[in-house]
Amino acid sequence: MSRPQKLQMRSKRLNRSLGGNIAITIILLIFGLYSLLPMVMAVNQSLKPLSELFIYPPKVFVRKPTFDNFRSLYELISTSMVPFSRYLFNTVFVSVVGTVVHILMASMCAFPLAKYTKMPGNKFISAVIVYSLMINPTVADIANYQTMARFNLTDTYWSILLPAFASSFGLYLLKQFIVQIPDSLIEAAKIDGCGDIRINFSIIMPNVRPAWLTLALFSFQNLWNGTNSTYIYSEQMKSLPYALSQLTSGGISRAGASAAVVVIMMIIPVVFFLLTQSKILETMATSGLKD
Amino acid sequence: MRYKSRVNALIRQIIYYRQAYLLMLPFLVLFSVFIIWPVILSLVMSFTNYNLFQKPEFVGFYNYFKLFFKDDIFLLAFQNTLKFALITGPIGYLMCFFFAWVINELHPKVRSVMTLIFYAPSIAGNVFVIWLVIFDGDMYGYLNSLLTSFGIIDGPIQWLSDPKYMMSTVIIVQLWISLGTSFLTLRAGFNTVDTQYYEAAAIDGIRNRWQELWYVTLPMMQPHLALSAVLSVTAAFASDRVATVMTGFPSTNYATHMLIHHLQDYGLIRHERGYAAAIATVIFLLTVFFNYLFQRFLRRTGR
Repeated sequence: MSRPQKLQMRSKRLNRSLGGNIAITIILLIFGLYSLLPMVMAVNQSLKPLSELFIYPPKVFVRKPTFDNFRSLYELISTSMVPFSRYLFNTVFVSVVGTVVHILMASMCAFPLAKYTKMPGNKFISAVIVYSLMINPTVADIANYQTMARFNLTDTYWSILLPAFASSFGLYLLKQFIVQIPDSLIEAAKIDGCGDIRINFSIIMPNVRPAWLTLALFSFQNLWNGTNSTYIYSEQMKSLPYALSQLTSGGISRAGASAAVVVIMMIIPVVFFLLTQSKILETMATSGLKD
Repeated sequence: MRYKSRVNALIRQIIYYRQAYLLMLPFLVLFSVFIIWPVILSLVMSFTNYNLFQKPEFVGFYNYFKLFFKDDIFLLAFQNTLKFALITGPIGYLMCFFFAWVINELHPKVRSVMTLIFYAPSIAGNVFVIWLVIFDGDMYGYLNSLLTSFGIIDGPIQWLSDPKYMMSTVIIVQLWISLGTSFLTLRAGFNTVDTQYYEAAAIDGIRNRWQELWYVTLPMMQPHLALSAVLSVTAAFASDRVATVMTGFPSTNYATHMLIHHLQDYGLIRHERGYAAAIATVIFLLTVFFNYLFQRFLRRTGR
């Protein structure tokens, strides 16, 4: 066994008592169940045939799994007023465009903030961005409605996209990540005659891939799950979560279909996180708030 | 003369950094219009009687007076919000912290599975609606049927419409989805602490893991603690979705009516926007105040 490994083994054992380990394992198991069980229930619920949905006492696990609920969801969808593909398009379009443009804009803004600390206004802007983390989107809704109405943006994709482009948490994360890119890299590029715009797109951006993925996760998840009903009123502009919640609000007769909806909507964000977890943790490691 | 030369220097600097400003422009414009301006506009609107039908007039502090002295439902919402936020905020934060800490000590493979398990509820969209089945008010609800089979209760309990239980139900579900971004921040934060410090601390006489946590880990993780605190506090004062979905809006006897619901009621349904802006300002001030308190508290860790 090599020396560093030996050291790590020993350091793991330091200060650890058996009783403590057992207690912590038990707590972890209990809360792990608390966290996991409802997700498992949701999946099982969506696979239950009608006969199993309404038996007493209710069972968590499905006995004869079937895709009936997904099929009946499909039927519900094909009878809806606005073609279902339209809702799907709305959500996918808004999620993808919102996420991509958000990453582009945030990276363009984060690079100077992170690297040109002597630039006039930098300290002020950075401070405002940190304080803006305390602003809740919902609190801004009323005033934003005012702005949207003034510029005739209500009931357009813009009303969802524009605020999503400017999410300050994404900018903050990127900035913290870019800070650790060595200055020498930027100076070398400058000597070679690169302008800031080129530095941003050909040096900074390729070096902060983990941060993009993190921004993508947060932004996508937010837009994907959004019901977007504040600024949107015409039916053909509404989002998938909105449409699905309407379809399945038909009470117990649609209990199975509504579980199917939940499962469909949760798959994409969860798989996204599953694939990007290590990159996201790498980004969050630099995210600390220093005063 | 000196003043003039300083202005000149500033202008030279701005010209020197012109490309950087150009890069920042698109984001900063949208950020100002949709994040910063609403706060200012809400503050201004809160001193008017603005609605959709009349010309807005300046009314001074009348909206605030009305909120705190004439609007019983607002006062109820205020209490509910404080109760909800002061429970879900700190407990959610402690849960994020504790599980981030514990998971960090596990074997790497188990670690990423556990991270996924704890983080999934918060990103999986509307999956919390499954709690509607668990807390269902008739015998088919999982909880009611479970409690009945153990003989703890005789008849079904209306978890979602009996004001006695509604708030607790909503809090349990909110805690379930509270291991979100704060949790990830702290998970990553524990990773950044260099293991050498633990060894050094052990030699210096740190005896158990609690001391190690308090004297070594917490001070090293201060920046992550601070960020996740901001996220947790801010979310605690503006989470309305769980309450809306679980207990309805408006809820029975306003038992889970929060300030955010009150804001939506006046702003988007009744269109009394001046009054709604006053509610928005109250929520904002509450958030800022509790953030300030929490940050002061955090500075005292490790001492």
